[in-house]
Formats: sequence, C-alpha cells, structure tokens
Amino acid sequence: MSTAPKTASQITSEAAATAPANLPQVTHARNPGMALDLDWVASVQANTSAIERRAATLPGRRSVKKDHQAAWLLKAVSLIDLTTLSGDDTPGRVARLCAKARQPVRAEMLEALGLPGLTVGAVCVYHEMVEPAVRALEGSGIPVAAVSTGFPAGLSSYRTRIEEIRDSVKAGAKEIDIVISRRHVLTGNWQALYDEMAEMRAACGDAHVKAILATGELYTLRNVARASLVCMMAGADFIKTSTGKEAVNATLPVTLTMIRAIRDYQDRTGFKVGHKPAGGISRAKDALNYLALMRDELGLPWCQPDLMRFGASSLLGDIERQLEHHLTGHYSAANRHAMG
Amino acid sequence: MTKPSVREIFDTMAYGPAPEGHAEVSAWLARHNGRFGHWIDGGFTEPGAGFATKNPATGDILAEVTQGTPADLELAVRAARRAQAKWARVPGWKRAQVLYALARLVQKQSRLFAVLETMDNGKPIRESRDIDVPLVARHFYYHAGLAQLVETEQPGMEPLGVCGAVIPWNFPLLMLAWKVAPALAAGNAVVLKPAEWTPLTALLFAELSREAGLPRGLLNVVTGDGETGAALVAHPGVDKIAFTGSTEVGRKIRLATAGTGKSLTLELGGKSPYIVFDDADLDSAVEGLVDAIWFNQGQVCCAGSRLIVQEGVADRFHAKLKRRMADLRIGDPLDKCIDVGAMIDPEHLARVSAMVDACREGEVYRAPGPVPAGCFCPPTLITGLSSAHPLMQEEIFGPVLVSTTFRMPSEAVDLANNSRYGLAATVWTENVNLALEIAPRLKAGVVWINATNLFDAAAGFGGVRESGFGREGGWEGLMAYLRPTRKPRPLAPQKPQAEPEDFAVEGLDRTAKLFVGGRQVRPDGGYSRAVFSPRGKLLGHVGLGNRKDIRNAVEAAHAAKAWARSTGHSRAQILYYIGENLSARAAEFGQRLRDLTGKPGQAEVEASIRRLFTYAAWADKYDGAVKSVPMKAVALAMNEPVGVVGVLCPDEAPLLGLVSLMAPLIAMGNTCVLIPSEAAPLAATDFYQVLETSDLPAGVVNIVTGSHAELARTLAGHLDLDAVWTFSSTPLSALVEKESAGNLKRTWVNHARARDWSGPEGEGPDFLRAATEIKTIWVPYGEG
Repeated sequence: MSTAPKTASQITSEAAATAPANLPQVTHARNPGMALDLDWVASVQANTSAIERRAATLPGRRSVKKDHQAAWLLKAVSLIDLTTLSGDDTPGRVARLCAKARQPVRAEMLEALGLPGLTVGAVCVYHEMVEPAVRALEGSGIPVAAVSTGFPAGLSSYRTRIEEIRDSVKAGAKEIDIVISRRHVLTGNWQALYDEMAEMRAACGDAHVKAILATGELYTLRNVARASLVCMMAGADFIKTSTGKEAVNATLPVTLTMIRAIRDYQDRTGFKVGHKPAGGISRAKDALNYLALMRDELGLPWCQPDLMRFGASSLLGDIERQLEHHLTGHYSAANRHAMG
Repeated sequence: MTKPSVREIFDTMAYGPAPEGHAEVSAWLARHNGRFGHWIDGGFTEPGAGFATKNPATGDILAEVTQGTPADLELAVRAARRAQAKWARVPGWKRAQVLYALARLVQKQSRLFAVLETMDNGKPIRESRDIDVPLVARHFYYHAGLAQLVETEQPGMEPLGVCGAVIPWNFPLLMLAWKVAPALAAGNAVVLKPAEWTPLTALLFAELSREAGLPRGLLNVVTGDGETGAALVAHPGVDKIAFTGSTEVGRKIRLATAGTGKSLTLELGGKSPYIVFDDADLDSAVEGLVDAIWFNQGQVCCAGSRLIVQEGVADRFHAKLKRRMADLRIGDPLDKCIDVGAMIDPEHLARVSAMVDACREGEVYRAPGPVPAGCFCPPTLITGLSSAHPLMQEEIFGPVLVSTTFRMPSEAVDLANNSRYGLAATVWTENVNLALEIAPRLKAGVVWINATNLFDAAAGFGGVRESGFGREGGWEGLMAYLRPTRKPRPLAPQKPQAEPEDFAVEGLDRTAKLFVGGRQVRPDGGYSRAVFSPRGKLLGHVGLGNRKDIRNAVEAAHAAKAWARSTGHSRAQILYYIGENLSARAAEFGQRLRDLTGKPGQAEVEASIRRLFTYAAWADKYDGAVKSVPMKAVALAMNEPVGVVGVLCPDEAPLLGLVSLMAPLIAMGNTCVLIPSEAAPLAATDFYQVLETSDLPAGVVNIVTGSHAELARTLAGHLDLDAVWTFSSTPLSALVEKESAGNLKRTWVNHARARDWSGPEGEGPDFLRAATEIKTIWVPYGEG
C-alpha cells in the first residue's frame, strides 16, 4: 500500500471513529427476542411467483446514475463483510484481506469521491483465522466476524457447535455467523429451531449474531419466511441468506422474503433486525439492486452497516472498476486495483 | 438547487435523476418538421388543419397532427378495400412473414417506440420499455403464427374486409397491436383512428411498417378527434369496428352500428375488484396493487380499482399499503427511476381530482411523497366508503383506489359483482380451493389469482356486462376478424296465417299457455290470437305475451341460475331425455308441423331430435383451454355460460329453429327466454310439455309467445339479460342491436338473412361460441 502516512493515520482515526456504528446494538436497541409464537409462524405466507415478479421488475424500476451511483456503490463497500472461507486460508492470506478491508478502494479515488477513510463493514473468516484477522485489523475498528457452528452444514455435534461460538468470541470475534439446522425447518420443528437459535445467541454474549438460514437448502420461500421469523423470535441480530456454499445462494426473491419478515417483526415487537445477503453477489449492479430493495422495503436505517451487510468476496473488485470508470470516464481493469 | 456531493448522497441514499435520452425521437419529429398528415395507402398525406399533441409531463408541443375529415376517411377506406382484396388471397404463410417482420421491427426499434410513447402519453419509461413495447412485439409474433395456421385450422372462414379500429390513449401502441395484428393475420385491412391525445406511435408504426414489407393500403392511420372516430364508425365501407375506450362511447358505437351488419367488438371500462383474503401473502398483495392501480397512473380499463379486503386483516393491510404508497416515486416519466408518471392531460387530471375532491365520506389518503407541479396526481387510497358511494361504482380512471371489507367468501363475490362492469378481477389467497371456487363466480372476462394485470397475446382479454364484448388475443380474438364463407339468402318476413273467412273447428279445445318458471301460465294481458293452418283450419289459440310476461320469464330464468353450475354430464342427460321424449311424440309433432306449415313435418321432428343429441354430446365436451403463456402461469380459458339469454326464434322452422337455439344454450349452462315463431307458435307450446317431462329444472327454459316486434324491444332493452339473439323473419336486427345498448348485452342477429336450419349451418361451433363467454383465469405458480 502506498498511501502517505498522514492520510493513513487519518484513515485509521476516521475508521476507528466510525467502526462501532457497524454493530447493531450501538445505534439500535438489540433484539432481545420473544417467546416462540407458533400461531404467528403458521400464518406466515410467501407467494413465490408474486415475490419473483417483484424481484424481477425491481432492476427496471430503480436506477441510480452518475454521482448517485458512485455514492450508492461506496455505500455498498461500507456494507461488505469481506470474506475468505477457504480450506487454504493462512494468516498471510487473511492479513492481505484485512489490509484490503482497511483500504477497500484506492486512497486517491476515495479522496476524489469525498469519502476518505471508508472501510468495509467487517472481515469474515473461519474460527482459526479469527486471531490473525483481529491482529491484522488492530486499531482499524473493523470488526471480525467468524462463521461458526459447524459451518457450512451445521451438522457437527451440538455441544461442539456451541463451544465453537464461545471460542470464537474469546478469540476476539465481534460478530458470529451461525448456521441453523436446516432439518428443523424442513421437518417443521420450529421449537427445535427456536431453542437452538436462542442458545447460540446466548453463547454469543455481546458479540452480535447473524443467523445463516442457508436458504438454498430450505427450498421454498415459505420456509425462508417462517425460519426468518423463528430466528428473530429467538433473538437473532441479523438474518443472513446463505453460507455461500449452497447450490443457490443469495437471490433477490429470498432477500425480499426475509426483509418482509424483518418488517413484520419490527411492526410487532419494535426491534430492528439486520439482513445480510451472502454468496453470488459479485456485480456492482447486483449490489445496487439489493440496496434499492432495502431502501424501498425497509428504509434508510437498513442501508447502514449496523443493519445491512453484503457477504461477498469478489463484489468489491467490480465496484472498484465501476468507481474508477465514474471518475475517469474510462472502463477500468482489475489489475489497477489492489488484490484483497 | 446545488448538486449534492457524493458524501451527502452516501448518507441520504437519494436516487437522483436517471433520465432516458430522447434525441432519436426529437430527430424523428424534426424529420417531419413536427407536422404529420395521415398515413394512407402507404404514405403520408399533406399535413392539414389539426391540433397539437403534447407531452403531458411538460406541456410541450411534440407535433401538430391533422384532423381527419370524411374525405380523408374515404381515401383510407378505399385504399384499404383495394389492398384487402389482394391480401385476402395471399397465402397464410406469406401473411405470417409480414407479421413476423413487424414483430422484429418493433423489437429493433423498441427504444424509439418506448420513448415516443412515454413522451406522448406520460407513462413511465419503465412501463413503455418493459411492458407495452414487449407486449406489442409478442402480439405480432403470436399473430404471425395465427396467420400461418388460420387457413388449416379455421376452414370455411374468410376475412371480414375493412376493419375500423378506434383506440384509446392509455396504451396507444399496444392497442394498435391488439387491433392490427389479428386483423392482418386474418386477411383484413385496417383503418385506424388513434386517440386524439396520443397519435404519434401509430404514425411511427405505420411509417416503419413499409420496412416490414407490409403492402400499402393494408394499414391506414387517420388522426383526429372523436368526430373522426364517429365518422369512421359510420363509414359504410367498413365491415367491422373494433373499439377500446369508455363505456359511454362504446354505447354510442353500438347505437351507430346497430342494424348496419358491421361486426363489432367493444373493450370498455371497468371497476375491477381486487379481493384479498385473510390467508393471502399480504405484502405481495400490496405489491400487486402497485401494478393494479398505480400502473399507468391508474388509467387502465382493467385497473384493480376496488379493493375488497377481508375484515380481519383490513387494518394491517391498509397500513402496509399506505407504507408502500409512501415509497412510490412520482415524476418525469422519462426518468428510469419513476413509478408514477404524468396523467394524460390536464383536462383528465381535473376530472379525476374533482371526483376525489367531491368525496365527503370515508378517509382520503394521498401518498405523502412529493408531487411535481403539472399534470401529476398523487396515488390515493379511499377507505370507508359505502357500496352506494359513486366512487365505489364509477370508473375514476386515475390512481385512486377505493376500499371496502368483507366477512366471508360469498360476500366477497357479492361485493365484487355489485357493479355494472365486468372486465377483470383479482383474487389473493394461498388456498387453491378458495381461488378456484371464487374465480368462476366473478363476473369478469379475466381473473388473476395472486397477480394482476398479466397480459399475453395467447390469452383472451375482454369483458362482460358493460365492459363490452369480444375477446382480444388467442384464437378467440382472431375469430372476431373472420366470418363464415357462406353467402346466405335474404329472409322474407313470414306472417301468421290470416283468419280465413270461413274455417273449420275440430276436436277438443286445447289452451296453449306461456311456460314460465316451469309452470304453464296465462299471458298477463289476457289476450290470445287464433292460429290457423294454411288450409284455413283453426288450430288453436296462442297467448299474446307482453312486457310483464318477459319480466317474469327473465326473473324465472335468473332464479334457475344453479343450472350454470350443474355438471355437463347432467345437462347432457337432460338433453338426451328431452330428445327421447320428443321422439316418443314424434308423430304428433310431425302432424302439428304439417298443420302449421302445410308441409310434411316428420323430417323437422327427426332433425330436432338429432340436434338435441348433438348438444347433449357437446354438453360435456366443449372444453376450455390452457393457454401457452410465456411465464410460469397456467392461463385457463374457461368456457362459461353467457347467462340469461333471450331468443327470438326462427319462423321458417318452428320446432327445429327453436331447438337449434335452445339446445346449445342450455347445454352450455345458460338459461333462456324463448319467443317461438310468431307465424307458427304451437309447436313450441306443445314442446313445453316435452320439457316438463324431461327433468329440466324450472326456469331454465321459458317460453313466451307473442308478437316478435313487440317482445323484441322489451327483451333487447331488458337490463338484466346477458344476451339477445334474433333469428326471427321479422326484420328486428337493427332494433335488437339498438336496444341492447342499454346494458351492452351481447347480440347475435340474422340481419334478415336465412339459415338452413336442417343442414350444417344449423348447428356447430358458431352456436357454442355464442352460448359461451371465455373467461381467462391466470394462475401463476411456483414453490421451491
């Protein structure tokens, strides 16, 4: 990285100043959960074809151009959980990712756009990489998120899954992305799902918990809607679409279904729950569609890192190219931007 | 206003402007010096005196167009006639090539059409670009296929000739496609009068049609106001009028074309119900309303404008709806991020606003978002109106939704059907049992389940009641541009035998009565007429029915509406049974016919029995269809009975004529009021005895004897009758068509032409089509 020391310190201090706002409990009351309400769960409907139509027409209904597009893309950057979840992850690889998290877009570009010091929302890694990541992000204020509970399948022993959460929190993770037991949804065992989620939430302590529904393995939007609701009842801070490892990951219809559940939950309880689409969001245009959906369906608070994240690894690269195009008028190339 | 910085937008997440360019449209307008003549015989006429067409979003004049005169129409109709003679002989696959090229052309120039449409009409570019123009292309593709297949699939049919199309301003290019594509596919030529406010895309289309190889003269566009439209309707050289527009104008067209022999289809107004059951996906139902009533600023004939929501979820639903309304973006229609564009014209906006402003009942909620100055109207929801309130009954044709609640499914249906209109309806429920129970009970030509405003060229669109008649799209739409090739002879009026100076009176007196509600009743007026044989024998007396008898018969026919929901199988059984019972009395009926007509009657009795069997056979075989629509949806084309139908029966075949009309009607589930042959009525009055012994439920068939001329007026003017047919030898076609305008009931008239009732013309698909309405029921699906 070739930024001047002064700018770098500015980045650090600004990032540190903004970082806590990434956590939901800072600006909004944390969702305490509620008793499982099975009647409510049973009454939840999600009409697939109608939801698909709404999602399909959204890109044609919403469009942001020029400065607005640049601002929206920068917003997307600030919401990214920059992620590496590979068997070949090493401390070195994670350190490079963390450097990218601190400086997601070339400094002079951020300067030109009026948002120096912009960072991503968080860095997301496996448990063994939590410590290296925490070290690499020291002083940046960027939280480390750990995927946990036998990620991605969630089928290791219950006890080890709960322990894994505690270990990751102990290692410094501020956010825990848990995976739910898909079988509880597929068999309609809402009580089991609720109990599991509630215990995982308890194990997280002050770390905030994102419930990964692995929607590609729930198969129907009705299941997605009901599972979303149960996880919120059990105290999830965020509901997240996917591990990135399912055959189908984030889609607009799934996100629409989940955020409608978030809205109903807020209407009933007053608590705001965040949303994280993850997996398969790789184009700048995709990010804009998701943001438009959040903005229109849930409102501005859900366009902030405390209530919205993108789980993505390659999205940032496309955004960087789009931003450079915005600044220069020329189409950009990947090698002009630092690797994460 | 200073431009916000990226940093500021980062915080506000404002959308900002996203304008679609219009340089190409401006260049096209400039190429024509902003002035247009008509498009006649493959070229533009000199621009003449006319009027400006404006961009409703800005008020800017886009172009001056010419007011079409009778002389212009004369030229256009002549050019069309010349071109049509050749076009009708062009093989179907060659016609298909031209329609295919038109479809391609629309796609190739899709943005030009979309931008021009948005500028002329004010609808958001999102809609013209993603909905109107793709549907136009799809319509021409689909009809290229129909052109290809029509010769082999519809033998014995020919094009009508010159079709006059009068289209509205809300979907200018799409409505052009809906009229022009089927007309051309079937081998007709078209003279099209676009709406005064939106003539430009039609002119562009016409100009570009040369590039698709459309022979000159086949499509003529004559611009002008309502006067030009009226002149086109009245032009004697036009064989058919296809009209989309208001019920008020549709009624005028019905009156103007009455008795002229012009074929007519009307797609008119609506006040379409939008029913939300408590088990619906409420968020999706809210989103559906965005597409129902805020699509095209609510200026849509089939807009779901009457929300009928189940009481238990009504408050939650309204709350969700209001929140959604707050997110609707109103403004520059050329902006790609706009949901609601400009109203068509300040005059129309004033009308809509006045209707809302006059509302003193309920709660009027206007979307809180900013509304730009000019021709814009905020999305509006009005709750708490009684069903008698004018806004619950009248078409507003703007972005104004009225709402009411219901308790149980039957009440939802009653509220939905409590309207003079019957165009479209929407039903939201996750319960397939409920959806399929409700859809057939709604008085509408189109029903959408868990969706709204779905359209496709393959699926018929059109209304019932005062929403008009005829379908557009599908084979059913094409049929409105074809006619049988037979050339019928004129039909001479047949009078009852005059009372001879001297006559014989034989046998025991038998009193022929009327047959109403399954009972033999005396005519209300207490008058009868003696019936004589051609040889001067007194055959008996026949009751002279009057208005009140018609009233009673129609009421009886309505009371028998359970017949519509009986199974085809049981209707078939009853028709067979009628045939059986007629057969048992064949000799007697043969003698009766001989007495009445002076000719041997046995053959007519035999043919009548055969005919009853024909429709007994059809009763459970006139299947609907599942349309192949380009989306994940089942589009059912369901054949439903028309309802209560009044029939003036033929004089020339007193028994067979009546049976030929009654049998298809009751086979398809209609109930009817039959006015038997005036000249020879006694076969019919004998026939009710056959009906009485055949398990036919009371009121399904009612028979009122009397003067055709007198009863026709009452029948055709009856506001609770769904259709009226006349095959009387008394020339009543003009009267029936004229009187039918009251509730725009369907008509089927003979225009004083004969039909051979004993041959193939006496039965077949024409009869089944006339006895049914096609209801298109859209059922999108998907789960996992």
